[in-house]
Amino acid sequence: MTAQSLYEKVWKAHTVSTLSNGKTQLFIGSHLIHEVTSPQAFGMLRDMNLPVKYPERTFATVDHIVPTDKRVEPFDDPLADAMIKELRKNCEANNITMFDIDSGKQGIVHMVGPEQGITQPGTTIACGDSHTSTHGAFGAIAFGIGTSQVRDVLATQTMSMDKMKVRRINVDGQLGPGVYAKDVILHIIKLLGVKGGLGYAYEYAGEVFDRMSMEERMTVCNMSIEGGARCGYVNPDETTFEYLQGRPYAPKGEDWDAAVTRWRAYASDPGCHYDDVVNIDAAEIEPSVTWGINPGQGIFINERIPSVEGSADHDKEAVAQALAHMKFTGGEPIKGKRIDVAFFGSCTNGRLSDFVEVAKFLKGHKVAAHVKAIAVPGSQIVGKLCTEMGIDQVFKDAGFEWREAGCSMCLAMNPDKLIGDQLSASSSNRNFIGRQGSPTGRTILMSPVMVAAAAVTGEVSDAREVFGVGQAVSA
Amino acid sequence: MALATINHISGTGVYIPGDDIDTDRIIPARYLKCVTFDDLAEGLFADVRFDTEGVQKDHPLNEARFEKATIMLSNSNFGCGSSREHAPQAIYRAGFRTIIAESFAEIFFGNAITLGMPCVEASRADIEMIGATLEQNPATEITIDIENERVTVGDKTINVKVKPSAKQALLEGKWDPIQELLEHSDAISQTAQTLGYVSQAIPAS
Ligand code: SF4
Repeated sequence: MTAQSLYEKVWKAHTVSTLSNGKTQLFIGSHLIHEVTSPQAFGMLRDMNLPVKYPERTFATVDHIVPTDKRVEPFDDPLADAMIKELRKNCEANNITMFDIDSGKQGIVHMVGPEQGITQPGTTIACGDSHTSTHGAFGAIAFGIGTSQVRDVLATQTMSMDKMKVRRINVDGQLGPGVYAKDVILHIIKLLGVKGGLGYAYEYAGEVFDRMSMEERMTVCNMSIEGGARCGYVNPDETTFEYLQGRPYAPKGEDWDAAVTRWRAYASDPGCHYDDVVNIDAAEIEPSVTWGINPGQGIFINERIPSVEGSADHDKEAVAQALAHMKFTGGEPIKGKRIDVAFFGSCTNGRLSDFVEVAKFLKGHKVAAHVKAIAVPGSQIVGKLCTEMGIDQVFKDAGFEWREAGCSMCLAMNPDKLIGDQLSASSSNRNFIGRQGSPTGRTILMSPVMVAAAAVTGEVSDAREVFGVGQAVSA
Repeated sequence: MALATINHISGTGVYIPGDDIDTDRIIPARYLKCVTFDDLAEGLFADVRFDTEGVQKDHPLNEARFEKATIMLSNSNFGCGSSREHAPQAIYRAGFRTIIAESFAEIFFGNAITLGMPCVEASRADIEMIGATLEQNPATEITIDIENERVTVGDKTINVKVKPSAKQALLEGKWDPIQELLEHSDAISQTAQTLGYVSQAIPAS
């Protein structure tokens, strides 16, 4: 048999039919839903009088609109309250498992899938959320879908889709100290551009990804969509299996062994065809920050903000617009920009290892007096583990507000918002205009350790200098 | 439920210049707090059309001369960012029936086609030409011919690209795939069985 990529194999295995328009009808192994993009889909099902075909293959949680401070219901915001009630009603009426607030397992949908072991290699995963690419870390083909497709998946467990091309991105060599998974993906997006991935699935490979933990791989895959790639994946390996073993929805006993054999076979075959290959040397990557209004507008911490004059012709307009919104001047350093808010959380960097890593450095430091710093675990499970390990206390002692699990200020659909043109150092994934709740608000994306450094100094900083990061830091 | 076939679309246009116009900009997150799509039109480009006090800013969509536009023009990677179908829904509910841009983000593209709102690709030069024409005469009639992948603007005709699967879906009235997906119930069960990780479906009642 000819060598095939994981994408190719998963696609084939999940192909149900070819539709009359030439698209593929693809079977969706696991479907995740949340309160924002599902209510209309259930409404459409009701209008069409259709049942949910495989209720046991859909899982729900509530993340975008939940308050992270006051968790008393009804929520102060009546619209948010209506949305959570609607989700509960829909799940109950259709026998769908929901990881609700009282379950102790609630969290950002892209945290919950992996934590529960629902996210598995060689499967297809869809969710009405573009960061579904996160689940690709397990060697799944996982992608965001619109609400009409949520309807399609609920009604048929399939959807109509065009096959993508596959671009392999090799990152080999050794990352420098204080350089994290977040820096790797910000660098990739900067190199290939925010539309570089249109039409592609990204396969992340090479020594750096091989060495990464599952949580680091999730950080990378999470932001595939910011590079225009609807899905991104890492081939499953021992790290993947180790993470999954014993999780609630992972296969048990003999089934486990059979599953591992099946999963292993999905990994890309050596010598398989890629539509494109990109090679990156890990050593060239430095701690990265964004300076503009899309995730591709990034620089290394010690670089200067691009100027309109210095930019290519086709970029000038975008650079000018970004500088105007950010209130930055081209040519000045980004280091030293005074921040107002430090946001630590989101489905990119709200995992246990993120908190453990930051806590290591934050101990003994204090958040600058003018900075509002909030730490939001991505899931209740992460929050609980942090409490058990005393990590929440490290954050509280430093002056961070310690919150309950949710999306929070990543998109500010809950009460956590920037005010006016506040500048935010954020561990999230999008710096779009208005993303953090204020139309004039400004966001700088960076790794969690860099967010902590900015919180402590009150300005955009090189965490390697602030914390003396350098010795005991993993890839 | 037979769907309309979509081939020729005519109307006037409005040009919203810019690359990488993301879905947060098309519809800010606060407008997503809803359980139906009914009232989304008011949120369309809200934060670039109005300041924090609700006062109108300079924006093509605020100009009376473009009020009747049903064709939206923009530049590359239109609709990038979140998967929110609220974005094309807001555009559709504000009266638009076609978007012409240099390129589209994938999830947005799929969402728009499923609503029966074609997204066609044109070169930057042609889009700027149409923009300039509209600037001079906002009432210029624009006609999109999906089958022949052509757009006529006043007396000029340009070539555009329509993704093959979208083209076929629009021309055959199959832009919403649900019926066809439902028809393949047996094939679905078969795939589920061969996959080895999907348990039996609960029989549809
Ligand atoms: S944390 Fe942010 S990016 Fe992730 S699902 Fe929530 S809103 Fe979306």
